[in-house]
Amino acid sequence: MKERLQELQTEALAKVEEASSLQELQDIRVAYLGKKGPITEVLRGMGKLSKEERPVIGDLANKVREAIATELDAKKANLEAVELEKKLEEEQIDVTLPGRPVQVGGPHLLTSIVEEIEDLFISMGFEVREGPEVETDYYNFEALNLPKGHPARDMQDSFYITEELLLRTHTSPVQARTMGEYKGSQPVKMICPGKVYRRDTDDATHSHQFTQVEGLYVDKDVRMSDLKGVLNRFAKQFFGEEREIRLRPSFFPFTEPSVEMDISCKVCHGKGCSVCKGTGWIEILGGGMVHPRVLEMAGYDPNVYSGFAFGMGPERIAMLKYGVDDIRHFYTNDVRFLKQYHKA
Amino acid sequence: MFVSLNWLKNYVDIDGISPEELAEKITKTGIEVEGIEYLAAQSTNVVVGYVKSCEKHPNADKLNLCQVDVGEEELQIICGAPNIAQGQKVAVAKPGAVLPGNFKIKKAKLRGVESNGMICSMQELGIEEKFVPKEVADGIFVFPEDAEVGASAIELLNLDDAILELGLTPNRSDALSMLGVAYEVAAILDKPVQIPDETVAAVEEKASDYVSVKVEDAELNPYYGAFVIKDIKVGPAPLWMRNYLIAAGIRPINNVVDITNYVLLEYGQPLHAFDYDQFGSKEIVVRRAKQAETMVTLDDQERTLKTDHLVITNGEVPTALAGVMGGANSEVSNETTTVLLEAAYFSPVAVRTASKDHGLRSESSTRFEKGVDPDRVKRAGFRAAQLLSKYANGTILADVVEFDQLDKTEAQVEIQTSNINARLGTEINDEQIADILRKLNFNYDQDGENFTVHVPTRRQDITIFEDMIEEVARIYGYDNLPFTLPQGASQAGGLTEQQLLKRTIKNYFEGAGLMEAITYSLTTKDRATMLVSPEIKAEAVTPVALSMPMSEEHSTLRLSILPEMLSSLSYNLARKQVNLGYYEVGTVFVSNQETVTEQPNEKLRASGALTGEWVTNPWQQEKKMADFFVVKGILEGLFDKLNVTVEFKQAKIDGMHPGRTAQLFIGEQPIGFVGQVHPKLQKDNDLKDTYVFDLDLDYIFDIHENEPSFAKIPRFPSVSRDIALVVDESLRAGEVQTTIENAGGALVKEVQVFDVYQGEHLPEGKKSIAFNILYLDPERTLKDEEVEESYQAILAAVEEAHQAELRG
Ligand SMILES: [Zn+2]
Repeated sequence: MKERLQELQTEALAKVEEASSLQELQDIRVAYLGKKGPITEVLRGMGKLSKEERPVIGDLANKVREAIATELDAKKANLEAVELEKKLEEEQIDVTLPGRPVQVGGPHLLTSIVEEIEDLFISMGFEVREGPEVETDYYNFEALNLPKGHPARDMQDSFYITEELLLRTHTSPVQARTMGEYKGSQPVKMICPGKVYRRDTDDATHSHQFTQVEGLYVDKDVRMSDLKGVLNRFAKQFFGEEREIRLRPSFFPFTEPSVEMDISCKVCHGKGCSVCKGTGWIEILGGGMVHPRVLEMAGYDPNVYSGFAFGMGPERIAMLKYGVDDIRHFYTNDVRFLKQYHKA
Repeated sequence: MFVSLNWLKNYVDIDGISPEELAEKITKTGIEVEGIEYLAAQSTNVVVGYVKSCEKHPNADKLNLCQVDVGEEELQIICGAPNIAQGQKVAVAKPGAVLPGNFKIKKAKLRGVESNGMICSMQELGIEEKFVPKEVADGIFVFPEDAEVGASAIELLNLDDAILELGLTPNRSDALSMLGVAYEVAAILDKPVQIPDETVAAVEEKASDYVSVKVEDAELNPYYGAFVIKDIKVGPAPLWMRNYLIAAGIRPINNVVDITNYVLLEYGQPLHAFDYDQFGSKEIVVRRAKQAETMVTLDDQERTLKTDHLVITNGEVPTALAGVMGGANSEVSNETTTVLLEAAYFSPVAVRTASKDHGLRSESSTRFEKGVDPDRVKRAGFRAAQLLSKYANGTILADVVEFDQLDKTEAQVEIQTSNINARLGTEINDEQIADILRKLNFNYDQDGENFTVHVPTRRQDITIFEDMIEEVARIYGYDNLPFTLPQGASQAGGLTEQQLLKRTIKNYFEGAGLMEAITYSLTTKDRATMLVSPEIKAEAVTPVALSMPMSEEHSTLRLSILPEMLSSLSYNLARKQVNLGYYEVGTVFVSNQETVTEQPNEKLRASGALTGEWVTNPWQQEKKMADFFVVKGILEGLFDKLNVTVEFKQAKIDGMHPGRTAQLFIGEQPIGFVGQVHPKLQKDNDLKDTYVFDLDLDYIFDIHENEPSFAKIPRFPSVSRDIALVVDESLRAGEVQTTIENAGGALVKEVQVFDVYQGEHLPEGKKSIAFNILYLDPERTLKDEEVEESYQAILAAVEEAHQAELRG
């Protein structure tokens, strides 16, 4: 009987091995392990065996069943996997067809630049202040050391609404307002981005509306070297570590001394080329030490407080950084222009 | 200001330094050199030639055959200039010469006769037409008789010069003169300044016998000096002077005019020469013009004057508009023999007013407007008198007839080394300060670290400590300042809640597929009042307009962002960009005054506009045009993000489609609108169907609560019931929904439309709306009975309110 059982096992396993469908496996299961199968038959004949032999054969019979069942299960899993794979093969799609488009918008280039500048100065402890676009003559000019009749008012011909009201020509009035609000009692460390307006005929390099970001730091013992240090940090973070800055004397009625800041030319690294008109430098912003009259008018004692201020034009910066060739691009909202700067 | 370096060399030593190096140094020290121009960098091999003979060309009427001695050789040259004549000294470009424009001179045959070179006009040598003296503008240039044959014409005509173009800031009017520039360059290079010779040899006859001076308004005219020079012979000025004027951008006229212009450029002091015999009297009276008084200026224009204008008169009629332009009646002509020379200080305000009112900006007026150096007024007069005697045969009469109340005192500014270092962040010592002052040619008294600086009157811009800091810093070198970071207590920077919220909203719109636009705040009068949201319209009495717009296009401040945004859409549509979605966050300007006298309220709005296809997925046959519900969906997403409940109410708004527009409310507060632009307006703007929105961000900011409170995540299951109702087709789904929400009781968490149907199986004039109702109690599992009870209550309510029937 022992031989018979081993024979059955060998025979069944061989069939399992050969089986190629789930149905065949089921048939093998019924044929060998079913109630009418040969193993059951063998067990039925155990009555003829001796008392000692019976458990040995019983044990063996169970092992044979188990071995066949295990192999059947394994083969089944195997065949199922193959069949699934075959089914999935048939479900193939063309992955090269286009996906369902998602509308993706994005910020205006000027906003990206302004926010980048904002975040940079925020990291240096500046707050962001805003103010009205229709300003009083006082805040736009007088509080900034530009009394009526001052020749420098010609520098920025303005859009007046009444004799006392005009569209701000720079965001500096926000500085005057903020200092006025603090009434000379605490340091001021702020930047003020916003729209400004000047009497210019729109062309490739002029726009009657444009953007400015100005900064102001007033505290005890503020030095011109601090202005240099802060602007240097800004320039390197914004334009790249390899860029150098230089300050040149200039003139603004609200600062004394006044400076103009250049950065080294990206193309020639200071050697001189057509981009920088041979100078090696490109003008980026203006600034200086806050004029004592401006401090005084805002309630800050110029003997105790000093400060620096600076201002820059995001349009100009965008034109330099991205090679935008016409300032009007910023205001026509041509989507082909806008989309170029939506990429990260 | 154009600075000829050849001219500058007369006052300061700049040998051994290239124009580029010099320009760089000047720029870095404070005056921007905007350009360097080489007058005739390309011209070579042009010499002075003597025309030995000049005969008609045998084969051409208009050409002349000349034999020209050029020193080493004699050249036969054919010349077509009308003013060529035997005995002239002319500029000859020899064969092999190169003229501007890379024009190479070669031997040639003209009508069968050999021509070995070219006799040149000034234009051909590279001088701009407008600077060429009139008498030689139509022909060749003729040298004075003393020009040496064979000498370089390039040098004689100063064409080897380099011109620096200075971009002067308003404070540096001191550099509007060659002397001023010389002081600047001297300070930079640490060189002395050579002052021009101002000495005059006067005869005994007195100027005061010829003229008297009376000034009526000393404030407008604190100094007036009259010089009288007799025996004048009007003719050309010396070549070198004409060359310098041309280099500075001034056309030579005659010796008298050229000398006043030359001294104007040299000293920065405008002068005026009257023809004494035409002046009309022996008295000069300076006074304010009478209202509506008229005079004819040198340019033959009649000018109507105002009392703000200062005039020079002969006691009766104006002979000059002070500091701006002379009068035609007393103009110097070729017949002039006695010159009345004016050297005066006119107040900047008087000159600025007159030059502005008459649109006359001249070399004179720009200098007076900025304030001339009080110390140089009279000196410039002497210098001009001396030059008139030298180059116009003049005889200078003794004394200057003058009125003098001019303040010539030097400003005194106290500086201390320690304070300068504290402000600059430097470690400059006392000796360095003293050295800088010496280089600047500033006198000073020193007591240890305390300096009293006597600021020369040429530097009217320096009056306070800070001005002197700049002087010290720029000569010390801005490059030499250290880089430091502020030492004050550091504070945390950051954005305010509203600034953060604004960024959040902008990011949301961008995530929702909209592109940020930035449009102009100034628009046309008509557009300013288009597509204005009702709550803005209720407050805005008149749009805010500019008093003097440059164009109607940008004349009025906007009350809505949308009209200019529609222009941007049109702009793109015209360029075949047809699927568009914009948003903009910006200010509108609302004034509640009939006549604007106060600042308008600036209100922050978020607006948007969409047109064309919103979803385009052709191969899956999916296409969605931008429509009301696309825009509404974007807004609902925003309101959900901001956690505000906004109601959409059907509304009629000017410029909007009457059936496809909703006004938005938070509670009772109107906060904007959404809908389709009126088809007529769309057509006017060449637009296809366009959907827009406009939101009041100020109000949303005001009510927005930054911290969302925690709501428990429900642990018990919700129950969902659907209800399909047949109602009149005119009934709005939102009204039914409100009824359902009100009638359903506290357990109703959400009601949502999931189907709207009209057509077959429904009576005419009816539609079916299907709602999904979600019931939830976060604390327990719901019982069927209570859901059923609510459901029945809803049915009863919708029947009562809307005659709605359950769809069978
Ligand atoms: Zn370069």
